[in-house]
Amino acid sequence: MAAAKIIVVGGGLAGLAAVIKIAEMGGEVDLFSIVPVKRSHSVCAQGGINAAKNLKGEGDSTWQHFDDTIYGGDFLANQPPVKAMCEAAPGIIDLLDRMGVPFNRTPEGLLDFRRFGGTLYNRTAFAGATTGQQLLYALDEQVRRHESDGKVKKYEHWEFLSAVLDGKRVCRGICAMDLRTMEVRTFPADAVIIATGGCGAIFGKSTNSVVCTGSAQSALYQQGCYYANGEFIQVHPTCIPGEDKLRLMSESARGEGGRVWVPRTAGDRREPKSIPEKDRWYFLEEWYPKYGNLVPRDVATRAIFKVVFEDKLGIDGKPMVYLDLTHIDRKILDRKLEGILEIYEKFVGDDPRDTPMKIFPGMHYTMGGLWIDYKQSTNIPGIFAAGEAEYQYHGANRLGANSLVSCIFGGFVAGPNALQYAKGLAGASANGHFEAERKRQEEINAGLMRSDGSENPFLLWRELGALMTENCTVIRYNKKIEAADGQLVDMLHRFRKINLSDRSQWANTTIAFTRQLYNMLQLSRVIAQGAAMRDESRGSHYKPDFPDRDDKNWMKTTKATFAPDLDEPKFEFEPVDASLIPPRPRKY
Amino acid sequence: MAETKAVIIKIKRQPTPDAKPSWEEFEIPYKPNMNVTSALMEIAANPVTRGGKPTTPITYDSNCLEEICGSCAMLINGRARMACSSLLDHLDQPINLEPLTKFPVVRDLAVDRSVLFENLKRVKAWVPIDGTYDLGPGPRLTMDEQEQAYPLSHCISCCCCMEACPQFNEDTGFVGAAAISQVRLFNTHPTGAALKRERLSALMGDGGIQECGYAQNCVEICPKEIPLTTSISEIGGQVMKQALTDLLRK
Repeated sequence: MAAAKIIVVGGGLAGLAAVIKIAEMGGEVDLFSIVPVKRSHSVCAQGGINAAKNLKGEGDSTWQHFDDTIYGGDFLANQPPVKAMCEAAPGIIDLLDRMGVPFNRTPEGLLDFRRFGGTLYNRTAFAGATTGQQLLYALDEQVRRHESDGKVKKYEHWEFLSAVLDGKRVCRGICAMDLRTMEVRTFPADAVIIATGGCGAIFGKSTNSVVCTGSAQSALYQQGCYYANGEFIQVHPTCIPGEDKLRLMSESARGEGGRVWVPRTAGDRREPKSIPEKDRWYFLEEWYPKYGNLVPRDVATRAIFKVVFEDKLGIDGKPMVYLDLTHIDRKILDRKLEGILEIYEKFVGDDPRDTPMKIFPGMHYTMGGLWIDYKQSTNIPGIFAAGEAEYQYHGANRLGANSLVSCIFGGFVAGPNALQYAKGLAGASANGHFEAERKRQEEINAGLMRSDGSENPFLLWRELGALMTENCTVIRYNKKIEAADGQLVDMLHRFRKINLSDRSQWANTTIAFTRQLYNMLQLSRVIAQGAAMRDESRGSHYKPDFPDRDDKNWMKTTKATFAPDLDEPKFEFEPVDASLIPPRPRKY
Repeated sequence: MAETKAVIIKIKRQPTPDAKPSWEEFEIPYKPNMNVTSALMEIAANPVTRGGKPTTPITYDSNCLEEICGSCAMLINGRARMACSSLLDHLDQPINLEPLTKFPVVRDLAVDRSVLFENLKRVKAWVPIDGTYDLGPGPRLTMDEQEQAYPLSHCISCCCCMEACPQFNEDTGFVGAAAISQVRLFNTHPTGAALKRERLSALMGDGGIQECGYAQNCVEICPKEIPLTTSISEIGGQVMKQALTDLLRK
């Protein structure tokens, strides 16, 4: 019997982790990625990866990691898979260490750990401040090894368009587009794993990479997959505002002692270093004495918003606060944070070793995603998901340095489960659905090429980003969200009048982007409507009109499905499995 | 009232791999702190040349926009560098953008750099672990060893070092500095060293390390400041030693 064939879509940490497991277990893998996999968004992760190795004599444990994660996620995550992740984390760190990740070391030669947000333990292993890059490279190298052995075939510069579903709505493969020849082709597989990351592009400017559009997840949602907890979007408190994107300034800056402050008096125009201690307001330390600058991201972000917009104390009256490292020894900064200090130097021009950085919150992480069960399977048989593209591990707010571990763990669960599913799969009764799906996708392309309206896709995208950032991020009001959803409907109408400024049939980035834009618009409605419905405040989701968490009515997973006849989402809600840690109020 | 500043950008365009290249000039509104990628996004939103002629958005590779994914290497005013970390304020105008010259053009500023990934296979740039099951921690390393390995592991595969190298061309088939530096990284790792001999063999003969002409352009142009020439001389020594041992064993 031929080896089971699995398609993995996305070559970041989750996708590569799945590929390695499948190749090791004798499966055959086709790996699809828009960019060469070594250039995936996982490279942008900076600060580190959590695992309760307890190498600092603090009495840390995997249970404590589990508790911090559930509490940090405001009791929205199903608990059993989170517990399994936290228990697997120390082994994952050991494995990465064996793969050659240059983790920082202690004088004894052991792994060094630092503190991150939402915990009181030094639990975060790190490779300078480019941990994601180093982890991705380690997995990329192992995949290249399997590729050399003929177990993995890469399709780089290919974009996933849709799943191929048979008459019983079982997944039989995918339809994808070659981003150079623009050829649309179908690929058969026994199971498919979606590991396509988050949807930052929906918010215009974010810390995400260009490819993080959520397009694949949205396409699958439109084909019948549940999309869960879409309304939970993490806004990272410390980003560098830029023209093309918001660049992340890692939480590790605060983990190593960085302090957030503003001048106590509005309009204080002195150079930051000449402002004496008594004239500075370290508001996080004052409001949260136990966790200080290391409160979870949603808490820090709302605090900065309050200081800037309510107290009007942003630097120079602008939406910015200081993140100060200048009191820390330069040698320590270089050894532990060099990568991120370089980013600030290169893109802003100031040396953060000498001058406090100016930062502001920015969209960073998609807690929601494709709904999956504990085997990482979506509701469509044969489609699995892992990494930021799914919703399983972070509840209403992700803790810093938990994303890398959730990606690798999710990939390690999805890979073997997909393979096991594939081995038990009965053959399809017919294969006409491949041809039908290819024609459907080609017709979408042809329609866009024909469309001769007045809407520029890039300008429409800018509008979408501004709309979603204003109404569906940090502070949410039902009236505004509902108005935003109305505008999304309007934008979907305007999309019919799209005008591609490029109609060529070779490496046409405009048509690829325009397809993504349509999927972004559809997914935006899931985010907006989910946010409008959830009348409570929980984790990253904050409504001043409903300021408290409401476990009685809302300790539930939001599940959106697409109603093709109405061209919009419909919703149902599923109770959260809180069988291990009873919910308690979240107070840092 | 402040005058609206403009930025003039000239871009070498080529619609297909076989087409003849031609230049187009664009004028875009200036904003502080703009980089080359944000200028290219601006053109995509309004694809009209300076002369008022409608044209197509520019095709180029990009992803992270913070100089860590290695996608957006191109010639900017004649020098190979990353478009995302090239701030317009630091560039002379008009700004000339061209594709890298040592790699096949896909379209406009996008080129095919898959040769580097093939070279990484050739030199077995990985640690040969037994498997991903739980086998306990990896080898202990001193802080010094970590600090040696980390900068080498920083290579973003942008290929600027290969573009700048006079020896990297079709005639020599030279593997280039990036791959050689990865050989140093993996030969230094306690487990990675198991493949040392195979890696060094891959660097012998045509296209191997002997093609290096010591121009030192690689280390000068590397956006991540990787000590590439140190890697080349270190690996040059290892290859020599290996070649001698192989000879004596015959």
